Amino acid sequence: MHEDDAATVELKASYLPAARDDLRDQLPGLEPERTVTDWGRSERIEGVVDRVVYEFLYRYWFRVEVEGIENVPDEEGVLLLANHAGAVPPDGAMVAKAIREEHPRPGAVHVLSGRQLSGVPGVGMLQTKLGRVPAHPANIHRLLADERQVVLAFPEGPPATAKPLNERYRLRQFDRGRLVQAALRAQAAIVPVAIIGAEEALPALARMRSLSLMAPLPLPAKFRIRFLEPVPTEDLPARSWEQESIVLSLTEDIRALIQENLLELVAERRSVWLG
Amino acid sequence: MAGLSAKRILITGLSTHWGGRIAQALERDPRVETIVGIDTDDPRRELERTEFVRVDVRPSLIRRILAAAAIDTVIDTRLITDPLAAPIARAREVNVAATGAILEACGGPGSPVRKLVFKSSAQYYGAEADDPAFFTEEMSPRHSPRTAIQRDVVDAERELQAFATRNPATSVTVLRVATEIVDHDRGSRLGMFGLPVVPGMLGFEPRCQFVHEDDVVEALVHVCTHDLPGVYNVAADGVLALSEVASLLGKPLLPILPPWGTTLAAAGLRRLGLPVPLEALRELRFGRGLDNRRLKASGYNYRYTTREALLKLRAHQRLRPLLRSGGDSYRYEREVEEFLRWSPSVQRAAGGAQHDHEHVWGAPPDYDQLPADELMGLISSLEPEAAARLRRYEAENLARQDVLEALDRRLAHARRLGT
Repeated sequence: MHEDDAATVELKASYLPAARDDLRDQLPGLEPERTVTDWGRSERIEGVVDRVVYEFLYRYWFRVEVEGIENVPDEEGVLLLANHAGAVPPDGAMVAKAIREEHPRPGAVHVLSGRQLSGVPGVGMLQTKLGRVPAHPANIHRLLADERQVVLAFPEGPPATAKPLNERYRLRQFDRGRLVQAALRAQAAIVPVAIIGAEEALPALARMRSLSLMAPLPLPAKFRIRFLEPVPTEDLPARSWEQESIVLSLTEDIRALIQENLLELVAERRSVWLG
Repeated sequence: MAGLSAKRILITGLSTHWGGRIAQALERDPRVETIVGIDTDDPRRELERTEFVRVDVRPSLIRRILAAAAIDTVIDTRLITDPLAAPIARAREVNVAATGAILEACGGPGSPVRKLVFKSSAQYYGAEADDPAFFTEEMSPRHSPRTAIQRDVVDAERELQAFATRNPATSVTVLRVATEIVDHDRGSRLGMFGLPVVPGMLGFEPRCQFVHEDDVVEALVHVCTHDLPGVYNVAADGVLALSEVASLLGKPLLPILPPWGTTLAAAGLRRLGLPVPLEALRELRFGRGLDNRRLKASGYNYRYTTREALLKLRAHQRLRPLLRSGGDSYRYEREVEEFLRWSPSVQRAAGGAQHDHEHVWGAPPDYDQLPADELMGLISSLEPEAAARLRRYEAENLARQDVLEALDRRLAHARRLGT
């Protein structure tokens, strides 16, 4: 599966949609005759891939174990920030599947994808059909603030997928606070997620420029996904998303939290393959 | 608010599809006093009270018309957005040079124009790989224009921007309209949809959004009758994948265009007679979605979703072979039109109540039964033009002395106010 990485999000002032509450009521209604959403996600194709590939990977290959699913709020917009790994990272699909399987919330998870791939023939098309959304600030804002959806993003971006095996579970630099900024602006809940298993499932064995050599099949590493408690944002001052210091320190806190939980999960596990 | 609503309207490009349709729609609105249309060609639609002036786009001439008719609102729908409608140089002339000339006529001190409505195109935003999924009005294109039409639209909007800053007293409304679904005329996009298969590009599935022509016209009327300065996207609800479009039209989707060397392949297809302009290539690759919520929040309700508009197009495509032989052939004849508008022999009020606004412009059907004293109470609230027509009607029919006197008083009062 062409899984991929959330690239860094550029936040340009001229490219932000106006934050107007009255526009929320004007979202287009659902047409039951359609099987494709306005974002281009195709229920049919997503369903087929889910049944044929994800179901197998989730249940039998990676034997995904989920904890803290109750930390994902039921109603509002939610931004999930997770660590990222693997030459062709399977973690996005597994987190999305975990929410679909374990959480009562209806509606699919929107995984943010790198914008550089959306222009590649075939790849971009498949990504859109599977519910990937290009990580454009306007897209993130509409999903979180207006449509109040669950959005999964990988703030480390592509560098995380290219790190060698001996650096596994060491978080890369987060994008300069862009995702946290978008979530604060949209008044969405931020839920950090720690995932182990993806590093060993599809490691980059060798790298040549932008190409990585990897195993032809994902290795059956045991996955554990831990949803952490939502980051408290109530105490922040109004319009805190405009203040870079707040955004950056909050991003750094989240990064430290995920790193801490990753190390805890790795320390707890007895075997890479059996968990 | 009522003062800001359009009353005396000038329509540029009356002979174009949109000019004719907006004129027809405005004629139905009794609050609109005067509609003047200008163009270099004869109107192609039958119009009832719109006055046509054949004039070239020369600021000095247009300015005289504006001042003489005390026009408060100018509607400009001439923009050529279909690359197949005109050669590039001609489109450039109409889109940029003529727009500049019309703006020049509307601006400046002493101009009566208080409101300008401009029909722009969503091609303003372009179509790129790194586009947002839904363009909102405050976004500007990130890349320099890639096609001739996009460049024209961007330049025209820049002129409008400059006009708005120079003339802060004039409210400028810009509608960025998505690809229109037009039943009678054929846009390049619709020409492609008229083929037995819907052409696509290998490896891409663009998101498409359309708007039905009725919605375009009604949105234009909406911004004329409300005070809505600024930019508004006009696009129907629902962004469809091209495969959905094809299945709604009941045609197979055939990815005939290769992802690489597309321009070359398109040139080959053009040679074979397939209408594939550059603009369509970019839209077939990346597509475009618009955020239409701003116009909806201003009180406009779309009549059709994108899906419903396509279903209408399909119905029309199926009927077209049957309708081809018929077709209404309206031809503009100046003498006839002038006779119909101005001759005292034309029975405007009596009889022919075939139009639903007849009662406003002539007399109500039961006018003759209305007692004179009840009528006199109403006369003071009549618009001068309506009062003049009513006076003509009254003089020709019942000729009640007291009613005629009251009407004369009303008209004299209006004249005093006017001078």
